[in-house]
Amino acid sequence: MTAARSSTAVRSAPSDNTSARLRERLTALRGGPDVPSRPMDARALAALAANPGCDRRALLDGAGVDKGALATALGAPAAFGQSQFAFVRGNAFEARVKAEGGAELIRLLCARTGETPPEAGQVSVPDLTADGPAGRTARTGIALREAPVGGWTLLDHPMLSLRIAGSPAWLEPDAVAVHPDGSWSVVEIKSFPILDGGADPAKVGAAARQAAVYALALEECLAEPPPDMPTEPDAPRAVRDSALLVCPVDFSNLPTSALIDLRKQRAATRRQLSRLTRVSEIAERVPEGTSFDPTGQSAMQLSASVDTVPAAYAPECLASCELAFHCRSQARATGAVTTLGRAVRGELGGLTTVETVLAAANDTGHETPDGAESAESAGSGDTGGSTEPNTEVGGEDQRADPAAAALRRAASLRAEALRQGPSTVTAPTPADETPGAGEACR
Amino acid sequence: MSLIVTLARMEALASGRSQPLATVRHRHLSERPMVFVPLTTAGEAGAPLGALLGTDRAEPRLLVVPQPRNRDLRFAFLAELAARLLPHLESALDDVEHEQHGDEESELCADAPQLLVPNQPGVEFVRLLGRSMRFRRTAQDDPDAPHPVPTQVPLLGRWLTHYGERSRVPGSALLLSMTELLGRHWATGQSQLEDQHLGALLGWVAASDRDVEARDPAGQLRWPPAGPATDPAFDNHLLAPAVERYDADVPGAERQVRELIAGQLRPAWEDMWDGVELLRALPEGRRVGERWKRDRYSYTHHRDRVRAGEPPQPRRDDAVTAAAKLASREQAQARLDAQEALDDPLAMAARRLTGEAFAGEVVEVTPAWSEGKRPRPRPLVTVRSTDLPYLAVGGRAHRELPDGGRQSAELAAAPESGLFLLRLVSGMGRGKEPAPGSVPAAGDRVCWTLFEHSPRGGPGLPDPEDTPWTHGGPPVLGGEADSEASGGTGTTGGAEPHGRRLPAAREAAATDPAAGQADTAPDRVTTEDYL
Ligand code: SF4
Repeated sequence: MTAARSSTAVRSAPSDNTSARLRERLTALRGGPDVPSRPMDARALAALAANPGCDRRALLDGAGVDKGALATALGAPAAFGQSQFAFVRGNAFEARVKAEGGAELIRLLCARTGETPPEAGQVSVPDLTADGPAGRTARTGIALREAPVGGWTLLDHPMLSLRIAGSPAWLEPDAVAVHPDGSWSVVEIKSFPILDGGADPAKVGAAARQAAVYALALEECLAEPPPDMPTEPDAPRAVRDSALLVCPVDFSNLPTSALIDLRKQRAATRRQLSRLTRVSEIAERVPEGTSFDPTGQSAMQLSASVDTVPAAYAPECLASCELAFHCRSQARATGAVTTLGRAVRGELGGLTTVETVLAAANDTGHETPDGAESAESAGSGDTGGSTEPNTEVGGEDQRADPAAAALRRAASLRAEALRQGPSTVTAPTPADETPGAGEACR
Repeated sequence: MSLIVTLARMEALASGRSQPLATVRHRHLSERPMVFVPLTTAGEAGAPLGALLGTDRAEPRLLVVPQPRNRDLRFAFLAELAARLLPHLESALDDVEHEQHGDEESELCADAPQLLVPNQPGVEFVRLLGRSMRFRRTAQDDPDAPHPVPTQVPLLGRWLTHYGERSRVPGSALLLSMTELLGRHWATGQSQLEDQHLGALLGWVAASDRDVEARDPAGQLRWPPAGPATDPAFDNHLLAPAVERYDADVPGAERQVRELIAGQLRPAWEDMWDGVELLRALPEGRRVGERWKRDRYSYTHHRDRVRAGEPPQPRRDDAVTAAAKLASREQAQARLDAQEALDDPLAMAARRLTGEAFAGEVVEVTPAWSEGKRPRPRPLVTVRSTDLPYLAVGGRAHRELPDGGRQSAELAAAPESGLFLLRLVSGMGRGKEPAPGSVPAAGDRVCWTLFEHSPRGGPGLPDPEDTPWTHGGPPVLGGEADSEASGGTGTTGGAEPHGRRLPAAREAAATDPAAGQADTAPDRVTTEDYL
């Protein structure tokens, strides 16, 4: 890919130097040139975009580290996998959709865009075979440009590349269609159903994020013609704003389709990927000599290496990152509140560990009588009026850290309610009888 | 999540044991619930793989599809499922009470059968099963129908659809998931995401030390998930080879598939019943019966629709029905929130924390009356509270009276921080003097809410969502709770109220001749459907 950038060589010479240094550094982190780089696929990129705040993941992915192997070596193997039942079904569906030389797929696309579907046998399906991902990418780039204007072309499993922090990620969309007007559409074939016109929003969302990554790669391809084809093509090429999503309809194996608007996702993903250039900064902060190569290191050593890069664990990691079990056990060991969910952070202000939260909540030493003491008096029931009232509660709370004050109030209200709780609540009584003593609200 | 819940989770984490989130049980629990633990085949919508079900812990019924891709075996499964589930679902049809609404008398089933599944995906699977079964043709419907099914199959489909639809009403209890039930009543020291694993959640609540992520040396989970999805490692290394042997007619292969599937289901089965027992130990909230009565109405209405020979619920709600359902569910949520708070000091604590209620002690009561020809009691009650309600002078507050009645008051003044001068305006009877017990005395503990105790809709009346299908529409499949999430997915339908709908696909359904038939036509079936 770097060769393709010769046209901008003058302007980007210094950054090429930087990226060469970065690549060297990343290679060292991976464990040297002999350790194969694990290419990022669209799923990984989409997941990355979903949790962009994690330095650890950004660096490991940027360096092409096999996170699955790393997790296993750390003693916390990931639990990802695909059932072969789903795999077989998915493949059969895709084959069905792509049958008839791509005519079915183009018909599905035309049904959505309003274009005229081609006659049978009128879809050209170029051969994209080539050696290695770089070769296949170049082949795809040429095919995309050679697609005749005025007709339909379907690229079956093309290869695209997207530069992430200086190194290329290889991407293989299910298909890319070239419209008669010369524009390009991403096609995603999924095996979740569209049932009665609706689909699982989480799955549609994931498909949209993935398609957005492909669209970005197509944009990159558009901006940088393959080396053997430097001249501007005569056709006005453009990447369409919508991707075609093809799914089985209802409980059948028949395909139906929908257009997914990619604009928002594309902008968001572009922004998140550009932030990944941080990888060089993150790499700078990792001590010289660090390696994430599982061979020749004990789990302890590996863990120490991994720990040099800050993580941002959240329960969502469990569904998207191979290192989740490792990061979670670390987060638990430090008592990080985010093990309970990302949202928890918001209500706790600057308190980030369970210990500090509980200490703040049960801060009986605090001057406000708002802690356990006032809870006592409140809970002592009908005769509890003897405690000297403190009318400054609100004022005190406002002066204190609001999160800590809210926690103290929450703890005291909770304690009071629990004291009234199950032991005093009488067995269920019909609403028209006198209720038990522990009623919430009298 | 309320800060009180967050705090409880932290305490659970620190102590290693779950912490209570409720002092009473907030959902109805039948004496004899039907526990249903289904498994599905990966990669196919609504394709059953197996299930354990029954009303007796000691006698689970195992149903298995030994080759998930075989249509006949699947239909046999559905037929057997209908034979097992329908008797339960129809067990309460004829035991009725009579209710008087003004001049009209209506019939109300005295009880309604309850269905319990392990988790939210299990609830969705019930809906999906219902959807896949209710349009099936029987030999009576059409002697020439391809693949006719026993009459019970479409009937069960309609019941499951109804139960699935009802489960979207907050506080309803015809169909419940155990994770939701346990999660409402106990806080664990893990995230809500991890709480979706019934085994993990129950490990916290029952204080049993279990690592649900641990795998044996062969890579199999020691604690299988509670379905409906199976673990891919199970599918690939155990199930697939066994199914292959079944295909090759190896003797004993079917038994082996059955044993494998039973092995995946049994831990969840036990967990379900452990969960039932834990929940039974909690006293039922006082207003749970009122909500259950709404469920009984829902059940009765569905019974009437089936008996009247109405067609199955159509595929999609029309706009009016969808809006009405949405509104009624919002109402049900408000009612549930209010009732839970009134039934449970812990739920009330969360409302007090957010300034929607306050509790304190009466320090002074001054008798007073309204002006006019017939003065009514308007006593002034001074309450001292450390709570911080969002209540301005002139604002209304409500409390429950000791006899179960309701009383409203308005804030007359807040003389100093922590003191609330309330003027009682109702709930004191018709006379000039307040009815006995209707005015608190100094030293009494009182709790006032800023929210209404029964937000619109009288108790015991059927919900609007129970309008007959013929007058409205079918259930919304897909979950409106997700419309927000799908708004961000960038579908072209993102601006619609139901963003999860894929507009193009809907169009397709409308223009496609096969799909454009009556909305209750059977689903299209192709030979390749089952690979
Ligand atoms: S699991 Fe760890 S490395 Fe992966 S995204 Fe989460 S915090 Fe980052």
